[in-house]
Amino acid sequence: MSAGPEAVLETQGLTASYGDFQALFGIDLHVRRGETVAIIGANGAGKSTFLRSVVGQLPSAREQVSFEGEPIGHLPAHEIVRRGIALVPEGRLLFPSLSVEENLRMGAYGRRAGPWGIGRVHELFPVLAERRATPGTALSGGEQQMCAIGRALMSNPVLLLCDELSLGLAPVIIRQIYAVLPTIVAEGTTVVVVEQDINQALAVADRVYCFQEGRVSLQGRPEDVSREDVTRAYFGV
Amino acid sequence: MEWLDAIIQGILLGGLYALFATGLSLIFGVMRLVNIAHGDLIVLAAFLGLAMVNGTGVHPLLSLIVTVPVMAAIGYALQRGILNLTLGRDILPPLLVTFGLSIIIQNVLLEVFSADTQRLKAGALETASIAIGDQIAIGWFPLIVFLAALGVIAGLQLMLFRTRLGMAFRATSDDHRTAGLMGIDNRHVFALAMALALGVVALAGTFMAIRTNFSPAIGPARLLYAFEAVIIGGLGSLWGTLAGGVILGVAQAIGAKFHPGGQILAGHVAFLIVLVLRPNGLFPRTRDR
Repeated sequence: MSAGPEAVLETQGLTASYGDFQALFGIDLHVRRGETVAIIGANGAGKSTFLRSVVGQLPSAREQVSFEGEPIGHLPAHEIVRRGIALVPEGRLLFPSLSVEENLRMGAYGRRAGPWGIGRVHELFPVLAERRATPGTALSGGEQQMCAIGRALMSNPVLLLCDELSLGLAPVIIRQIYAVLPTIVAEGTTVVVVEQDINQALAVADRVYCFQEGRVSLQGRPEDVSREDVTRAYFGV
Repeated sequence: MEWLDAIIQGILLGGLYALFATGLSLIFGVMRLVNIAHGDLIVLAAFLGLAMVNGTGVHPLLSLIVTVPVMAAIGYALQRGILNLTLGRDILPPLLVTFGLSIIIQNVLLEVFSADTQRLKAGALETASIAIGDQIAIGWFPLIVFLAALGVIAGLQLMLFRTRLGMAFRATSDDHRTAGLMGIDNRHVFALAMALALGVVALAGTFMAIRTNFSPAIGPARLLYAFEAVIIGGLGSLWGTLAGGVILGVAQAIGAKFHPGGQILAGHVAFLIVLVLRPNGLFPRTRDR
């Protein structure tokens, strides 16, 4: 299936390895402008590896990843964020030496013009305004996740990649965090969420990809894929 | 009164040691790089100052206008060209490469300037002093060095906590991979840190060259003082580094009062005592995660 001209992100035969261990085996995936795409899959399916390849933390070949029609597979992470891709990394990875506000300002280091600034992020997550002077890592897990999302938004990304937003958080917090996605999408941001929580992923996504052992095992619109399809693609049984 | 004088002179000497150590502390803080060539770079800066003064006849302090930016440029190029390639999970490659660099710098200086001891002459400034009472005199030059150390550390501290670049230094120090996701090119940030560090080294080297005799071989001993000041103060803390320099200076001044040969030994003993009582130093900031 061709992505067409409206594709923001497209990968063709994307492979990735950690030393001798190959984690991705030719991923073909595309994301259209304004879409929310979910990537689901079990632990070790290659979801996080995929995101890390897209943002340039893992090396890939020039033509394997293109963004807004241009090949970016060969670029380092710091150049990719300036082109408009931001990642909310797995485990939040806030800077412990920096306050909440400084963490947000760090996100604006490679800033592009756009709607997001400290004020908008504070509107989205008021707790980040209240605790602006606290060290980032002194926040609760959910607040850290909000800070990590805010930090990524500060660069005004065209494409926001979220890795395991729900990891280690209580269900009520997960709902709070997912509740802001529509606001982000309404600003015209294209969103990719990686999730182990299938229900959460299917609820927010326009389209879903399932990864299994480094390959795409299923793709489609949530309403078009059956429970059995998902289970088979997810677990490989 | 004699003791008070010794302590004051020790504190002022501590300013010079703090300048030796500041660059070492900064680059360790930003990129966890232990630069074994640090002392030799101080000596290189001293010889650069000497070449400037001999070549143009300017006052040694005026030569700083050239040596500070030149050393900073050397720092940037050194980091981009060589040291960045050695940084990774393993701490051994940067140690070995900077050790090699230390030997290379010593031998190049020996080749170019010979093994003769040298001195930068600062004219009347060397002996000018302010008399306080009958028995205490504070030399203008040691006072200038100490105030320069205060100024440099206060300036770096402001830079680290009040500017965008300082924030990038701290974020990169925490986690350079995640800093990359923010649009920070860590190779450039590391090179800027080394440029700043060697700018301070130029200052330290010139002050040292006015204060004492120097030759191509004395770098490793300056490295030792710098290390001791950093470790006494606590890794990653610049004000701690100043405190470390002062403790070292005071210990040496007191040691010299007991025995003429006791000066150097007393500094090392003070260092060992701190290491035994507070292995993380007095004001540690850096914790390895």
